[in-house]
Amino acid sequence: MTPTPEWYLTLAALLFVIGLAGVLTRRNALIMFMSIELMLNAVNLTFVAGGSLVGNLQGQVSVFFVLVVAAAEVVVGLAIVMAVFRRRATADVDELSGMRG
Amino acid sequence: MDALVTFAHDWLWLILALPLAGAVLNHFAGSRMPEPLAGVLATLASGAALVVAVVAAIPWMFGDEHEAVTVTLWEWMPSLGATLEMRWDPLSITMTLLVAGVGSLIHLYSIGYMHGDSRFASYFVYLNLFAFSMLALVLANNFALMFLGWELVGLCSYLLISFWREKDVAAVAGKKAFVVNRIGDLGFIVALMLVFGAFGTLSFDTVLHDPGSTLAAGTATAIGLLLLLGAAGKSAQVPLHVWLPDAMAGPTPASALIHAATMVTAGVYLVARVSPIYELSDTALTAVAVVGTVTALLAATIAIAQNDIKKVLAYSTVSQLGFMFLAVGSAAHVAGIFHLITHAFFKALLFLGAGSVIHAMGDEQDIRKMGGLLKKMPVTGATMAVATLAIAGIPPLAGFWSKDEILASAFDRGGAYTVLWAVALFTALLTAVYMTRWFILVFLGQPRWDEGVHPHESPRVMTIPLLVLAVLSLGGGFLNTPFWLGLEHFLEPAFEGVHLQHVPEGTTGMVLIVVSIVVAVLGLVVGWLVYGGGDERRERVLARFARPLRGAEGAWYVDEAYERTIVRGAAASAEGMATIDVTVVDGAVNGVAWLVRKAGESVRPLQSGFVRNYGAGMVAGAIGLAIWLVSRGV
Repeated sequence: MTPTPEWYLTLAALLFVIGLAGVLTRRNALIMFMSIELMLNAVNLTFVAGGSLVGNLQGQVSVFFVLVVAAAEVVVGLAIVMAVFRRRATADVDELSGMRG
Repeated sequence: MDALVTFAHDWLWLILALPLAGAVLNHFAGSRMPEPLAGVLATLASGAALVVAVVAAIPWMFGDEHEAVTVTLWEWMPSLGATLEMRWDPLSITMTLLVAGVGSLIHLYSIGYMHGDSRFASYFVYLNLFAFSMLALVLANNFALMFLGWELVGLCSYLLISFWREKDVAAVAGKKAFVVNRIGDLGFIVALMLVFGAFGTLSFDTVLHDPGSTLAAGTATAIGLLLLLGAAGKSAQVPLHVWLPDAMAGPTPASALIHAATMVTAGVYLVARVSPIYELSDTALTAVAVVGTVTALLAATIAIAQNDIKKVLAYSTVSQLGFMFLAVGSAAHVAGIFHLITHAFFKALLFLGAGSVIHAMGDEQDIRKMGGLLKKMPVTGATMAVATLAIAGIPPLAGFWSKDEILASAFDRGGAYTVLWAVALFTALLTAVYMTRWFILVFLGQPRWDEGVHPHESPRVMTIPLLVLAVLSLGGGFLNTPFWLGLEHFLEPAFEGVHLQHVPEGTTGMVLIVVSIVVAVLGLVVGWLVYGGGDERRERVLARFARPLRGAEGAWYVDEAYERTIVRGAAASAEGMATIDVTVVDGAVNGVAWLVRKAGESVRPLQSGFVRNYGAGMVAGAIGLAIWLVSRGV
């Protein structure tokens, strides 16, 4: 039984849904970040699997861009979380609802 | 003589610059100077302008120079014809000498009168600024510069009427003068628009040189009537006469200069200056004469019953201005200017004398509380006697010659003017009566002073101007008598191309002179019989005329009528407008704001502040998009 690209796509979908559930249900900002990373990597897996299915390198090239942008995003995001934590002594996003209308 | 003509051409600007420099200097440095210095500087500035004017006038007065000299100081708006250009012709020479001459005497008198006032320097700033503005008005060679001077004298009038601004009466009177003058100025401005529309320029050189070839008769009438509105505002003619009596709240020398001798005569000067246009419209000319005659009669009847020493003179001024309007309205422009000059002498004298009396009586202005002042104030009393006889029209004093010339000219014009002549003759009788009453109540009879009042003669700085003006009131009439028409010959070149109304020749002329002497003497006699026979007799005679006298004392309730109709009407319409503003305009604005706020409130709950709600929204949107893409079969 050889793994076909469909297997990878299924795994990627599974990982994406787990990440999504994490973002929507967890209240800790750091855990939410980890969930978002999980979703990004699920998408990366889709790119690679799709690329191998079609038989060219475009999928793998896209993954590089996603990795770089994700790294930059994490830097900014973690800095914000740190700044909020220093000021509020909490990373609970439900506590941070001051912008409510 | 040629050297003097060149002098006039080169140095004419000094006549305007000197008073202006005085005003600027006193404005910035006056309050830091010791008291009399600011007044002395202002007097010198005005006096120096007079000297320049006299020297520059010599070739026209004693030489054979007749042509107007024009001096352009600055090209302001050349395409409008609105340049800073001065005109030096017999008419402007006459007015300049009068304004600078009487003005300088009043500057001098004011040094004594304003002694001790906390805003001594400011007073002289206004006085010098007025001299500059009035000279700009009479020296202008186009309507634009004339209008500039016209507005500036209005401003100075306002500033001087409300000079004692801490007093309510003065502040209100200044405002009233300003507002009433605006009504007249509206007519002036519209007239200027018509002039510019017809001629394409505002320059006197073009407009007043044979305007008949350009103007349609209807336009000439319109311009004439609109300028009459402007002149009536400035010269306090019916129906805009109401501001002048109130203007007496200002310092008395300012009243003498602005509200008797010079500014209020600007309307007469205006009509005389634009006489070539009035020449084209009998309607406008007759309107000027009728307004003048009605004003003369109305104001004279009011003057009989006033009890304020200055109010009598104020209504007298309005009445005399009416005579001048009758003159220029009869096309007897020389007679109008002549009466303007003699009136400036004796009315300035009367006001300065009244100021001297008020000064002596400790600010008392009610003539019922005066009497017997001749013994205490011999100089003031004697000069006032001269002025009273002059205005009453007793020969050979100044007022007789000019008033007689006006009456005779109106009579000679005939037609409807005969009626105006009769009314004016009756007014001359009233003039003699009310001036006799004024003199008797102030200077003769028993003292009726309040306790603690100790009248005294005024200082010399005040009596010298009185004496000079008294001499002018005595002899000023000889400028232009039927035997020697000096002023007429002098002024004629300025009225080139205008048909001037003259006094009748021969027997008719002599009869008219006799009639006018008889009327003046009759007025004096009537005044003496009613007011000269002691307090008891006066009360008894006046009781018979109690009703009409009460009406006259209330100035025939013109102010009250304006209050009820125009003032309240304007207030009511303003309130109506305010209601519309609050309900409709504000309602629309507030309604839009309310709508936006309600819309905002209804969508506010979407912004819950919980990140996961936003995340869920994104997921729902993504799923929706996916379903949509799949359903249309990617």
